[in-house]
Amino acid sequence: MTVKTRKKTETRLMTGAEMVIEALREQGVDVLFGYPGGAVLPIYDALHSAPELQHVLVRHEQGAGHAAEGYARSTGKCGVALVTSGPGATNMVTPITDAMMDSIPMVVICGQVPTHLIGTDAFQEADTTGITRSCAKHNYLVTDVDQLARTIHEAFHIATSGRPGPVVIDVPKDVQFANGTYVGKDGVHKPTYSPRIQPQPEAIAAAADLITRAKRPVLYTGGGVINSGPRASELLRQLQKETGIPVTSTLMGLGAFPASHKDWLGMVGMHGSFEANNAMHDCDLMLCVGARFDDRVTGRIDAFSPNSKKVHIDIDPSSINKIVRVDVPIVADCAAALDALIAALKLRTGKRPDLKPWKAEIDAWRARRCFAYENSDTVIKPQYAIERLYALTKDRNPYITTEVGQHQMWAAQFFHFDQPNHWMTSGGLGTMGYGLPAAVGVQCAHPDALVIDIAGEASIQMMMQELSTAVQHKLPVKVFILNNEWMGMVRQWQELLHGERYSHSYSQSLPDFVKLAEAMGGHGLRCDDPKELDAKILEMIEIDGPVLFDCRVENTENCLPMIPSGSAHNEMILGQITGNEIGESGRKLV
Amino acid sequence: MSDGSGAPSSAGPKSAYFLAHQDEEVERRTLAVLVDNEPGVLARVVGLFSGRGYNIDSLTVAEVDESSHQSRITIVTQGTPHILEQIEAQLLRLVPVGEVVDITKSKRGIERELALIKVAEKGEKRVEALRIAQIFRANVIDTTNESFIFELTGASDKISQFVELMRPLGLVEVSRTGVLSIKRGKEKG
Ligand SMILES: Cc1ncc(C[n+]2csc(CCOP(=O)(O)OP(=O)(O)O)c2C)c(N)n1
Ligand SMILES: [Mg+2]
Repeated sequence: MTVKTRKKTETRLMTGAEMVIEALREQGVDVLFGYPGGAVLPIYDALHSAPELQHVLVRHEQGAGHAAEGYARSTGKCGVALVTSGPGATNMVTPITDAMMDSIPMVVICGQVPTHLIGTDAFQEADTTGITRSCAKHNYLVTDVDQLARTIHEAFHIATSGRPGPVVIDVPKDVQFANGTYVGKDGVHKPTYSPRIQPQPEAIAAAADLITRAKRPVLYTGGGVINSGPRASELLRQLQKETGIPVTSTLMGLGAFPASHKDWLGMVGMHGSFEANNAMHDCDLMLCVGARFDDRVTGRIDAFSPNSKKVHIDIDPSSINKIVRVDVPIVADCAAALDALIAALKLRTGKRPDLKPWKAEIDAWRARRCFAYENSDTVIKPQYAIERLYALTKDRNPYITTEVGQHQMWAAQFFHFDQPNHWMTSGGLGTMGYGLPAAVGVQCAHPDALVIDIAGEASIQMMMQELSTAVQHKLPVKVFILNNEWMGMVRQWQELLHGERYSHSYSQSLPDFVKLAEAMGGHGLRCDDPKELDAKILEMIEIDGPVLFDCRVENTENCLPMIPSGSAHNEMILGQITGNEIGESGRKLV
Repeated sequence: MSDGSGAPSSAGPKSAYFLAHQDEEVERRTLAVLVDNEPGVLARVVGLFSGRGYNIDSLTVAEVDESSHQSRITIVTQGTPHILEQIEAQLLRLVPVGEVVDITKSKRGIERELALIKVAEKGEKRVEALRIAQIFRANVIDTTNESFIFELTGASDKISQFVELMRPLGLVEVSRTGVLSIKRGKEKG
C-alpha cells in the first residue's frame, strides 16, 4: 500500500467489519444496496448494529449495482454496493462496467475468501480484482486490516473525483474479523492521482476568441456537465445566455440545458433530431463540453462536421483527440472551464457576428418536424404514450430511468428535461435491465418523488425480480412498459439490415404483467386503447406503491429519425425505412 | 441535404479531422512508466495494452525505489502518432501511474538491453564465435568444451546483430531482458 498520511488523524481500534461501517458513515453514506453471503457475514453483522445506515436488500447483485448507479446519478453522490465473494462479485461485473462507461461514481465492497485460502479455488472464490481490473476505475484487494479504512477513503476519493467511476474493494473474511487501527478520511491522499481541475488560461482565451468570431456555433454537451455538478448546468445556461449559441446534448447530458428553451436543438446522434445533427454537421464552431465524440453521436467519422473549428472541454485527457482531432483542447472540470470561459467572454466586448441567419437555417431544419409520427385512434403509438406520460407527469418533476431499446430512444425524444440529474439511462454500455433497479436507487434517494422506469417488455424481464425489492422497501416506483411484443430495436435492425429476417427477436411466452405485478405484491395496470391512456396514467400516478403498467403499443413501429451506422449526420432517415439505407461497410458496424 | 430516402452518398466533403488516417506512419517508441509498486500494477498496464489493442514489443519492470515503492516499467511499443498519444493518455488514467516519459521523443534517451546467448559448436566455428564475441565486447560467463554462454549489453539492434552472427556458429538459445532506458543529463525523468 502506498497510501500516505498527510496529517495526523485520530485513530481507533476496531474490527475490519466495524471499520467498513465507520468509514461509510464518515463518508456520509446514508444508504447502501447489497446482498449477503458467507464472505461478507462479518460486515452484515456490523451492519446489524448500525440502524442509521439504510441497507436495501436487492434480489440480484446486478440490481444492487444499478441501484447504486441510479442513486448516484440522481444525487451527484457516490453510490455504494455490498456483495459477497464469488457469484456475488461476478454478478456485479455488469453494473461496474456500466458505471465505468457512463462515468458514475460508485464504491463496491465485495467479500472475499480468507487470505490463506486465496488461490486455492476455495468455495465461492473468484479472482475479483483480476476480473474487475479492466472494467473498474480502480480496485483493491485488502490483505492488511490496518490498511482497510485508508483504502475505503481512498476509494471514495477516486470514485468521485476527476472523471468519476466505479472502484472495487475486495475484503477477505479474515480481514473483516481482524482487529486493527481505524484512520479517518483526512489522513488519506494518493500522490500519483491528481486530476486536473482548472483550465489552461491560453486555451480558454483561444476558445473565447473563436466564440467571438463564430457565425454558426453550436454547443455539444454531454454527461460531463451533469457529473460536474449542478453549478456546471447553471454555468452552461449562463454561457448560452451570454452568447445565444444553440445547444444540443448527448443521451447522457439531457437535462443540463432546459429542453423548454428556444435554442434547444434536441438530442444529437443516431436517434437525435434532424436540426441537432444538421447543426453539428454544418456548424463553423463546435463547443464540446463534457462529451466524448462517441460513435453513436458522430456517425461516419470522416464526414463528421467537416467545416468546423472544435473546442473540447473534458476532465479526462484521454478523451481529447481520441476520436476527433480538436483545435482547442481544454483539460478541466466542466464548471471550472465554463466559469473561465464566461469570464473571458465578458472581457471581449467587441461586436460579435449576428447569429440570426444561422438560427433561421436551424428553424428550417426544425420545420421538418423530424419526430412527427402518424397517430392512431385504435392502437397506442409508442411515441404517443411517452408524449402523454410526459404531459401528465411533468408538473411533478419526475425522475425517469429507462431500459435499453426503442423505448429508451422514444423516451429521450419525447420526454423533456429542464433539470440535470432527472434522467438515468445506460448510455455507454446499453444495459437492458438497468432501469428498474436504477429506479429503486433513485427512489431511495428521493422517497417522495415520482420515479418512472420507461421499459420494454423484453428488457424488464432481465431485472424483473427487483420489483420485489421495491415492494419490500416501500419504494413506489412506476414501471411503464412500452409492450410491443418485440425486442423492438433488434427487430428494427433486422428490418433495416437483414432482409426482414426476424431471427429470435419476437418476445414469445410473455408473462401477464398485471398478474405478475400482483403476485409480487405490486399493482398491475394494462392499457391498449389510446382513449383510455390518460386515465390509466393518472391512475398509475395515484397508486401509492410500485406499479407495473403494461402499455400495449403498436408492435412494429420504427424508431426514427435514424442515422444508420456508417452514415453521416446529414444522411438521416426521416420517413419510412426502405431497406436500402445501409451500405456493405455500414452493415458490419454495430 | 439528403433526406435519407436513398442510399447514403459517399461523396460529401472529407473532414480534415478524420483520425483513423491510413497514411500515418507507424513509429516505434520507448516509454518509461513510473508507477506505485502495488499489487496488480503490472497487470493493469499490460491489460490496458491488450484490452485496447496496442502493441508491446518489449517490457521490463523492477522496483527502483524501495522506500517509496516506486517501480519503473519500460515499454517498447509501436503505433501511429495518434495511437501513441492515446497510449500515453490511457496509461496516465491508471491510478498508480505517476508519470510517463517518452524516451524516444526526448532525444536524450539511452536504451540498453542485456542478453545471455548460448552457442554450442566445435573446432573452427567455436573459435570464430569467440572472436566475434570479443569484437562485440561480450563476456563469456560459462564455458564447456563444446559451448559458451555470452553475456552482452547494448542497444537492442546490436544484440540482434550479434544473435544473427551466432546463428550459423551453433546458436542454441537466447535470453534477453528487454529494453531499459534512462535520460542523459543530471535531471530526473
Ligand atoms: C443485456 C443486453 N442484452 C442484449 C442487448 C441487445 N439489445 C438492445 S435493444 C434489445 C431489445 C430490447 O427489447 P425491449 O426491451 O422490448 O425494448 P424495445 O426495443 O422493444 O423498446 C436488445 C436485445 C442489450 N442492449 N443488453
Ligand atoms: Mg419491446
